[in-house]
Amino acid sequence: MKEIIRLDNIRRDFVVGEEVVHALRGVSFAISEGEFVTIMGTSGSGKSTLLNILGCLDTPTSGEYLLDGTPVRTMSKNARAALRNRKIGFVFQNYNLLPKTTAVENVELPLMYNSSVGATERRERAVTALQRVGLGDRLNHKSNQMSGGQMQRVAIARALVNDPAVILADEATGNLDTRTSFEILVLFQKLHAEGRTIIFVTHNPEIAQYSSRNIVLRDGKVRDDIVNNNILNAAERLAALPVNDDD
Amino acid sequence: MNILNLFKIAIRAIAGNKTRSFLTMLGIIIGVGSVITMLAIGQGSKLSIQQNIAEMGSNMIMIHPGADRGPGGARMSADEMQTLTLDDYNSLCNEAKYLAAVSPNVSSGGQLIAGNNNYQTSVTGVSRGYLTIRQLQVEQGDMFTEADIKSGAKVCVIGKTIVDNLFPSGANPVGQVIRFNKMPVRVVGVLKSKGYNSMGMDQDNIVLMPYSTVMKRILAQTYLQGIYASAITEGMTDLAIKDIRSILRQNHKLGDGDDDNFSIRSQEELSSMMNSTMGMLTALLGCVAGISLIVGGIGIMNIMYVSVTERTREIGLRMSVGARGIDILSQFLIESIMISVTGGLIGVIIGITISELIAVLSGWPVTVEAWTVVLSFAVCTFTGVFFGWYPAKKAANLDPIEAIRYE
Repeated sequence: MKEIIRLDNIRRDFVVGEEVVHALRGVSFAISEGEFVTIMGTSGSGKSTLLNILGCLDTPTSGEYLLDGTPVRTMSKNARAALRNRKIGFVFQNYNLLPKTTAVENVELPLMYNSSVGATERRERAVTALQRVGLGDRLNHKSNQMSGGQMQRVAIARALVNDPAVILADEATGNLDTRTSFEILVLFQKLHAEGRTIIFVTHNPEIAQYSSRNIVLRDGKVRDDIVNNNILNAAERLAALPVNDDD
Repeated sequence: MNILNLFKIAIRAIAGNKTRSFLTMLGIIIGVGSVITMLAIGQGSKLSIQQNIAEMGSNMIMIHPGADRGPGGARMSADEMQTLTLDDYNSLCNEAKYLAAVSPNVSSGGQLIAGNNNYQTSVTGVSRGYLTIRQLQVEQGDMFTEADIKSGAKVCVIGKTIVDNLFPSGANPVGQVIRFNKMPVRVVGVLKSKGYNSMGMDQDNIVLMPYSTVMKRILAQTYLQGIYASAITEGMTDLAIKDIRSILRQNHKLGDGDDDNFSIRSQEELSSMMNSTMGMLTALLGCVAGISLIVGGIGIMNIMYVSVTERTREIGLRMSVGARGIDILSQFLIESIMISVTGGLIGVIIGITISELIAVLSGWPVTVEAWTVVLSFAVCTFTGVFFGWYPAKKAANLDPIEAIRYE
């Protein structure tokens, strides 16, 4: 399998006042195409820092990070912006949709910063992405007219629209109720089945059961890196959940 | 990054915040609107004063006896009052270059009587050239002739006010004989009405007679109260004045060290004085309006600045999906320019509308000149860039990691 991500002894130090905080103390692992990896850890374990580095928002103090074969550490800010635009799809805990903006326009956003995609193609790809997350009938709904689950679906469509090498989800189910969380997990499993590479950062151990691999961080180091041979099916779990009365 | 997309992004952002965008624009709308209106009022009054002066005869040159000692009471001795004579008039007629017309000026107050109507006024003794100098036209009948002047004929040409007062019944005054004090005079012509001038003087309260008649039959004097002349063009006024001065000095046998015993004034002096006064007024109005435009610009900066803070998460998101610093900078800059240009356009329309309304309602001569529109528009575009730059720069320098988690 093709290697999408390779981390080699990644360190990240922050200088806070006079002190140096070692957020990451030598993290190494590789992720191949088509893996669904959960990264877990308590707060302070360095998981946010790792996510920022994986997402090319931050660069490591030392070590090498290869994204789809490209070394990121020495890249300029603008080159990293372009890399994020082409190779990475972000899904955030609080959705981060543009307010008072329609679903389609939200999904179009990454393509707006890609001059090689014309207006017609942009619209087509946004519509296709929304159809894939099951929102084909809500293209022109504004972000403030949607439920949390719908907003997260729009966010996932936005992450898919640029056909990224990897989807980075940061506590993507953190703000959702159990039922909606499983709906989103079903969606992630579907994307995984389609061959997408997904990295899901969470502190909820339950979610690890639905991924293909689980990496646990503690104190800036990898403590566990376990391949999950017994992936649970989120769709089955969803069907077993009691139906909410108020839905 | 394609510029068209940036425009689309900016338009979507503005459309997403309609109320706020409009309130931001309001400052610019009021600023540009008031600049245009104020300058239109200023320009309009300047123009109307220029017109008034031109109607009085903008090429007019007035020669009076006695040295020009400026304002300050009756200091002229009797003989100084008598320095201008018919000889001077004749030499100016024959020798002076650059002059289109010359006329002596002698006047006397008195009562005009026609039947049982009378009117207190003054008669002015002039030559035929006076019509050219004051830009008067004879509407009915004719101007008196050179022969009338030679013989000192008892004839006159009268203005509209005189006609209204002496012939209230509407009878044709031409050919009628009226009396000035005790002297009978025949009306040979009626002047076309000119109305009031800019100082509020009735320009139709006028009775013209041959200067010879006034000098010999009414005043019994040999000197003139003044000589009026008219330069061929306004630009020749200065040359004409120099020329007149040398002729008169020669006539009066003045030596090199002697002061003039006459004074020459031109209408041009008056008009340039008026122009500079009106120019100052316009500048003042423009300044007041300009300040409101600057305040409007600061309003834009204020709102854009708040908007950057308020939209920190949005900026973080845009950066995380691949917007570079320059893209964010351009977006905010385009937003502020679009707000100020749209506001400017609305301001131009409102400014022109208000100017027209003022013109119609108050009757003031209000003129919107193209340069004021161009100027205020340029200023508000500049305002957009200038006051949008700082907030835009701030947005572009945000750290995406902190911005995306900003609460």
